[in-house]
Amino acid sequence: MGSATETFYDVIRRQGITRRSFVKFCNLTAASLGLGSVAASQMAHALETKPRIPVIWMHGLECTCCSESFIRSAHPLAKDVVLSMVSLDYDDTLMAAAGHQAEAILQETREKYKGGYILAVEGNPPLNEDGMYCIDGGRPFVEKLKEMAEDAMAVIAWGACASWGCVQAAKPNPTQAVPIDKVIRDKPIIKVPGCPPIAEVMTGVISYILTFGKMPELDRQGRPKMFYSQRIHDKCYRRPHFDAGQFVESWDDESARKGYCLYKVGCKGPTTYNACSTVRWNGGVSFPIQSGHGCIGCSEEGFWDKGTFYDRLTTIRQFGVEATADQIGLLAAGAVVGGVAVHTAATAVKRLTSKHDPHRRNEQQ
Amino acid sequence: MVDQTRMLTGVMDATDDVIVTGPSIYVYEAPVRLWHWGNALCITILAVTGYLIGSPPPTMPGEASGSFLFGYIRFAHFAAGQVLAVAFLARILWAFWGNKYSRQIFYLPVWEKTWWKGVIREARWYLFLEKEPYKYIGHNPLAHTAMFAMFTLFNLGMIITGFALYSEGTGRDSWQAKAFGWVFDIWPNSQDVHTLHHLGMWVIVIFAIVHIYAAVREDIMSRQTMISTMISGERQFRDEREG
Repeated sequence: MGSATETFYDVIRRQGITRRSFVKFCNLTAASLGLGSVAASQMAHALETKPRIPVIWMHGLECTCCSESFIRSAHPLAKDVVLSMVSLDYDDTLMAAAGHQAEAILQETREKYKGGYILAVEGNPPLNEDGMYCIDGGRPFVEKLKEMAEDAMAVIAWGACASWGCVQAAKPNPTQAVPIDKVIRDKPIIKVPGCPPIAEVMTGVISYILTFGKMPELDRQGRPKMFYSQRIHDKCYRRPHFDAGQFVESWDDESARKGYCLYKVGCKGPTTYNACSTVRWNGGVSFPIQSGHGCIGCSEEGFWDKGTFYDRLTTIRQFGVEATADQIGLLAAGAVVGGVAVHTAATAVKRLTSKHDPHRRNEQQ
Repeated sequence: MVDQTRMLTGVMDATDDVIVTGPSIYVYEAPVRLWHWGNALCITILAVTGYLIGSPPPTMPGEASGSFLFGYIRFAHFAAGQVLAVAFLARILWAFWGNKYSRQIFYLPVWEKTWWKGVIREARWYLFLEKEPYKYIGHNPLAHTAMFAMFTLFNLGMIITGFALYSEGTGRDSWQAKAFGWVFDIWPNSQDVHTLHHLGMWVIVIFAIVHIYAAVREDIMSRQTMISTMISGERQFRDEREG
């Protein structure tokens, strides 16, 4: 892994890339971040002068889908990010080193770049049994995570696992897996949720930090506003069908073939903040709704525990049995109507059976 | 109270017989009545459109450009919701201006013994354990409890969650997001907020059922007028006995 004092520009020129290609790359990245043409030259300047930021990429309890997504980034190419833009000093999935050599890099980075490296976390720590459910390098992952977070400049939470907990934190969560912000409390955390997050979103966040030397603007939930400020629904190309009231009712109906809105078959686009409907996947080829399946809300908190993916009104578990708000409401309203009917009947019976004389109202009955 | 009370004399029917005497009092001032019926209309629109937003009507035929059905349903919901919210604010303001009965729905006098006695007495009346209810100028204590717990609190909850959900469309920089975005700090996944908002609708529907039943029943069974009082503001008592 290269020296961190080398700039991005030095590295790519050494790799034989022309200045023309370099400027093109800056323009493309600026455009994908939604920035103007001035930003492209700022970006070029930054990449020419700033030393590369060391990145430590750790893996907790996870499925590695974030890494799988990341290495497929097209703008910028993951290869450029990993080999040129940042100095990826440690990533046990991608690095050549192994065993003690690999572990030594962690300590070395911590000492050499104290307060100057980015800690990227994929997956999350399980806390049950003192963290024994995730052993990394011979000790609980949670310990390693806390240790590396101590001297980090900023922390990136990759994916739904690190951001929200994801499947391992779904009920009943036997390993007591928690999102990393439950363990790291004194460092700024950028949440990049999704299962996995979009590749271009991941590389975009790193490019932003590298270019401007600061964290991107975050929303209430700690997500970068540039990618997570709007719902899938807000920019969905099927939105006109939603407004018109044209819905897919079942998976093989005429409406499904016509590409109508998937709201009624449980699309979570209206409650999911992500960039899928604008950035799309695999270099802009498609995204779930475009391929005919509703959004499952994978970048939202606890999406595994919000009932089925295929109903608009999702079930509630708090009542012992799984039921939707409508089922519970109708049952309760029905019971009340029944109660009212019984009460009316009882009132009538009482009235008819007791002596009632309206002319004697002013006397004690 | 006494000076407000007007003894009715000389009320007659077509044959000139005096048929009724009874004191009456002006309870619900015009703004309260206007708010009550406007609010009832808003809730009706909100419940119907809200249900449809959760369970949309069958698919519309033709081109997407040819209809805007779901857009109109959502527009009606948002418009009625904002009217309801503004009306509720105005109603809170009126509580400072209006008579003491206009303040009742905003708090429960749990520190008052007579109030508790009234709740029990009224509950016993509904359980057929009392021959007759007491007479009340404002709300009876049991009705008061139901209004506060099932209407005032839930109406406020629906306004808050409603604006929070509305802010999802108006954007992160909108005033709705700034004022109500904290709802998503409690429930980060807005699907939960949707579900709670939907459950809240059912609580208010149940309140409406009980409220209408009780108003009709009391209008017939109690010693005072109920429904006409919310129209004219005047409450008439059918006897002059104490207790």
